[in-house]
Amino acid sequence: MRKPHDINPVLSRRAILRAALATGGGLMLSGMIPGLPGARAQSGSAFTPNAFIRIDRNGAITFIMRHVEMGQGIYTGIAMLLAEELEVSLDKVRLEAAPANASYIDKSAGEEVTGGSASTRDSWVPLRQAGAAARIMLIQAASTRWSVPASTCVARDGAVLHPESSRRLDYGALADDAAHQKIPDPVPLKNPSQFQLIGTSPQRMDTHAKSNGTACFGMDVRVEGMKTGRIMACPVKGGRLKGFDREAALKTPGVTDIVTLPDAIAVIGDHSWAAISGMKAARPEWDYGPHSGMSSATQLQALRSASEKTGIVAKNTGDVTAALASSPVRIDAIYESPFLAHAALEPINTTLHIRSDSADVWVGTQVPLRARQEVADATGLPPERITVHNHLIGGGFGRRLDSNSIGQAARLAKQVPFPVKLFWTREEDIRQDQFRPFYYDRITAGLDDKGLIKAWHHRTTGSFVLARWAPEGLQNGLDSDAVEGATETPYAIPSQRNEAVQCEPEGITTLWWRGVGPTHNVFVVEGMIDELAHASGTDPLSFRRRHLTHSPRGLKVLDEAARQAGWGRPLPKGHGLGIALHYSFQCWAATVLEVEVGGGGEIRLIRADTAVDCGPVVFPDAVRAQIQGGLIFGLTMALYNEITFRNGQAEQSNFHNYRMMRLNEAPDIRVHLVSDPDAEIGGIGEVGTVAAAPVLANAIFAATGRRLRRIPFAPQLAMNPTGEKKA
Amino acid sequence: MRGAMRRNVPAPGTRFLRAICLGSTLLTLGALDAGRGARAETSPSGDTSPPDGQRDGNDQVSRGQALFIAADCAACHLSADGRALTGGRAFTLPFGTIHAVNITPDRDTGIGAYSDSDWLAMLRKGVGRNGKHLYPVMPYTSYTLLSDEDALAIKAYLFTLPPLRATPPMNALSFPFNQRWTMIFWNWFNNPNRRMTPDPARSAAWNRGAYLTEALGHCGQCHTPRNFMFGLSHRAYAGAVQVGWTAYNLTSDREHGLGGWSDDALFSYLSAGQARNHGPASGPMAEAIEHSLSRLPAQDIRDMIVYLRSVPARADGPAHHEGALEPDSGFSEGRHVFQQACAGCHLENGTGRQSDWGALGGSHSLSDPSATNLVAVLREGTSLQTDHGRMSMQGFTAVYTPKELSALSGWMLRHFGGVQATIDPKKFRP
Amino acid sequence: MRTILINGESHDVDVPDDMPLLWVLRDVLGLTGTKYGCGIAQCGACTVHVDGKPARACQLPVSLIGTRPVTTIEAIGQTETGQRVQAAWLDEQVIQCGYCQSGQIMAAAALLQTTPSPSDDDIDDAMSGNICRCGTYVRVRAAIHKAASNA
Ligand code: FES
Ligand code: FES
Repeated sequence: MRKPHDINPVLSRRAILRAALATGGGLMLSGMIPGLPGARAQSGSAFTPNAFIRIDRNGAITFIMRHVEMGQGIYTGIAMLLAEELEVSLDKVRLEAAPANASYIDKSAGEEVTGGSASTRDSWVPLRQAGAAARIMLIQAASTRWSVPASTCVARDGAVLHPESSRRLDYGALADDAAHQKIPDPVPLKNPSQFQLIGTSPQRMDTHAKSNGTACFGMDVRVEGMKTGRIMACPVKGGRLKGFDREAALKTPGVTDIVTLPDAIAVIGDHSWAAISGMKAARPEWDYGPHSGMSSATQLQALRSASEKTGIVAKNTGDVTAALASSPVRIDAIYESPFLAHAALEPINTTLHIRSDSADVWVGTQVPLRARQEVADATGLPPERITVHNHLIGGGFGRRLDSNSIGQAARLAKQVPFPVKLFWTREEDIRQDQFRPFYYDRITAGLDDKGLIKAWHHRTTGSFVLARWAPEGLQNGLDSDAVEGATETPYAIPSQRNEAVQCEPEGITTLWWRGVGPTHNVFVVEGMIDELAHASGTDPLSFRRRHLTHSPRGLKVLDEAARQAGWGRPLPKGHGLGIALHYSFQCWAATVLEVEVGGGGEIRLIRADTAVDCGPVVFPDAVRAQIQGGLIFGLTMALYNEITFRNGQAEQSNFHNYRMMRLNEAPDIRVHLVSDPDAEIGGIGEVGTVAAAPVLANAIFAATGRRLRRIPFAPQLAMNPTGEKKA
Repeated sequence: MRGAMRRNVPAPGTRFLRAICLGSTLLTLGALDAGRGARAETSPSGDTSPPDGQRDGNDQVSRGQALFIAADCAACHLSADGRALTGGRAFTLPFGTIHAVNITPDRDTGIGAYSDSDWLAMLRKGVGRNGKHLYPVMPYTSYTLLSDEDALAIKAYLFTLPPLRATPPMNALSFPFNQRWTMIFWNWFNNPNRRMTPDPARSAAWNRGAYLTEALGHCGQCHTPRNFMFGLSHRAYAGAVQVGWTAYNLTSDREHGLGGWSDDALFSYLSAGQARNHGPASGPMAEAIEHSLSRLPAQDIRDMIVYLRSVPARADGPAHHEGALEPDSGFSEGRHVFQQACAGCHLENGTGRQSDWGALGGSHSLSDPSATNLVAVLREGTSLQTDHGRMSMQGFTAVYTPKELSALSGWMLRHFGGVQATIDPKKFRP
Repeated sequence: MRTILINGESHDVDVPDDMPLLWVLRDVLGLTGTKYGCGIAQCGACTVHVDGKPARACQLPVSLIGTRPVTTIEAIGQTETGQRVQAAWLDEQVIQCGYCQSGQIMAAAALLQTTPSPSDDDIDDAMSGNICRCGTYVRVRAAIHKAASNA
């Protein structure tokens, strides 16, 4: 998810703003994210898609959200940026999702995208500028109206005041006039010491509706005249639909239509149950196609042999070969991170109404423009005739960065004249996921005679997601995501070589997954650091500290996490403390985890302490929530998750065979903010996830002396609690 | 199609079964037997046209369908997708694996070439049309009790189905069990090869119940322990383990058998697959209920209960405890898993959440220290079609480790059945 | 046609007997607060109250409801406990994506109705069947304790 953020060089962080009279009166403040072709400021036409702020004559203030809310709290975070400078309290503001429009294109990704923990980072400056510009223009309008100098007016809580004369006008009353004011250039921003909202933790703006059932996720869309269909695709990629029992399906109560694609079928009816029962009756048969021999074993074999080759060199400092050869202590290891499903709780779904000349799409997507293009490609309609109504997403984790499912739904929906909601069952959602790649990492490191790291050679082998998603983003054939978190470690390493071997898995489509490159690479790096610490007979905390000579922020979070967790304290038998440090998404984070491993290999997670420095903190409670949730997400994976394949098909299908962490096994998680307000702002959505696997592996080692280099851990410990080598 | 079949087997079909049992067939069984047998033998071998002498052709077919249901042929002979009687299902027995055959009227791969006499010989003597001996997984030692009229009605019904080509996989049996001729000797000892005759000393209900239980329902095939030859022992209905599941004691013993069950509870269990304080049926019993018992007329079930009540008590097998709860405190690995994966349907106290099929408190399987059925259900899952849709549970070996499942089983036995037992985690290995 | 009592109102619905209440609520009555997450009683996203007790609507055939009253997330705020749980949920900022949260709130409200001051064990019993993919468990526990103490 980081990837889209890195495709283009980071551009100026200043927004180019436009103001206009809104339809029906009022101020419409639009923003143009610089660096993209063409300014798209609109006049006060009915449709002003690139607006950030709309202030109606009646006083209603609307913020238009160009990022989609998937649970990360971004609606609130972004609203805080606007509201801080606009001087309005959050309870006076309404939020609206932005439509799919090029104007909302992310400044650096070249795409309208929510991902890469980039939402706050991308908005930090431009949206505060937008809020400030609007405020200044409103003040300007008031001062003109009252014929007083602007400098004698202040904006407060949705109104402009003139304290000397005790006059006051609400923003609504000034909105029309404000639209005609000159946009300030440059836009002065508040000094952080004056922040009233930023840095506080207000009630989240999206959650009230989520607490009483009124929030509308994509799955909840209801359109007049709509029917509902269940989609089933060939369980083996590249296979085809051979046949099905149309008659039986149509006899199912409530079933009205059946439509097919070469590799999929949708049974449509009056309600989801008709669609589900109808699909059972339809009993589709498949020609499994060329990949039906694929299995986990063939995948591993392919990765293993690909990993023998030299890859694309991503980093090369010093003479690694010589340094390794002369290292008195050297560790060679292979780390394996399996295929993963996203398994967001809301399964994939798309509601469409495709007409001969236009279309509407209701969906929760991280990439509305791509979604629109998918529908255009499927229907032949021009994109501007297609309206994407973006919705709340019931968990993204990277899954909704891909829009293929929307294309599939559009090709099915265009075969019927009515609006139709097409959904995947949980089974379909897991089996047909675009999986997080399997990464196979070879790593060799050597210590010098003082016990310091001398040489480091890390070769990662796996799918390059970017090669499919945005091939133009590859740099000399390298997907930088494959090595993110591996090339730049927090540690001083004199000779370091990183390589990446692209190995696309047969019959599997891959996609980013929460924490992307760092989630897999930090597992390898922090595991290896721990291995080296133990090999050198040094405490893992001190070993890290000794190598943090150039990373003061790293040192700070590491020490804080260790202090909070009571590093070094005596522990009950079977307990162990693990530690892991990383820098990703412009955040520094260190985590200490206490685990207990029982005699039968059962793992209990006791408590995690994460210290984090993410630069300026907009919404501290959301930072805590994201670290907590992100850790649980990552710990779930590290303990339990792996998608395996047999006969070309994913073997997992629902929560009875793809295990989720539950409340009764979640550890206590404490988050300690030690942020540096002057540093660059970081993104927090994935930081917790990144830390999970390495800190758990290191804690298990501390508790048992067993080094686990393959995810998931729980089955390995349970099947072989003592860690005996098999003969 | 299961649904469709359910709809296709309305009251009329089942009324016929009532008629049979009430009237002509059973009570005149002895008299009819010889004549029918003789006529069957005169039919030319290879005659596959619908049964002869069809003065009541349609009656015979619908009666046959009802009998087919009562004889629970589908439970074994349905194909894996549950759509046709083409067989294929594997039965893993102590001496190898046997597959159910195709019983659609396909001439080459099914029963299409069977004459009436072939059919009767098969059902009674366990000898197939080709002269090959059947293995007693096919309950011909029960079906032998059927009257000619009933046996041929079943055939008549089967011959109205579309013939489908399908050859089941080869059986894989170890020597000497792969020598079919050895079955000749087995049959000497184990196959009574006689028709059932009513016991005039007993009530009509008892006699009907006996015919339904012994001949058609072949309940003893699972619930009566086998002797060393794999024949049914004399310990009728004392309970036995078959294909990895325990079929519990059905004798009148209060603790071990059905003595403690009320008629209502038995009725509910047999007809709907669950009874308050006895838990739901699972595994093969769930299949017997789904394909057969749930589709019988209520009176038939009541008659079977009358008969079962007369089975002499035997204190064999695990005793049955009802809701012996153990108060819980602190961390228990078993309870921990139960909270996650099981309470969603069964509730912490085992009373069942959304439906009665989720109420497992009092189930015999949960006071069985061998935990055979509990292990089987956790491994394979189970499902049961009811009037309210399909109730099902998945297996859990893919996410929970053998150790966790063993802890779960131990906890459930303590918590719901009041028995202390250690379940070997190996039983949950893939 | 059958009549079911949802949130205090009777509804006549013409649906198959085996149709789970979940789809009746969502697709027939438009009460989309109750979510579909797994369909096999493993995630709890579909939790509603039947006769005050928590049930998984995805595994509850409409024909089994009879005359028992059903309460969904849309109406739980009309009960004192439900309101308290919702308030605690907002106070503790439990909710992330929110997709599981109708089910979490319904499960918590049912717990507090029978066990006004639940222990951590009670919370484990009542809440471990509800999956939250966003990982809000730490706060779910805190919010239940908070709701209990606000009684
Ligand atoms: S949808 Fe009902 S428990 Fe998951
Ligand atoms: S809040 Fe997203 S699944 Fe729970």
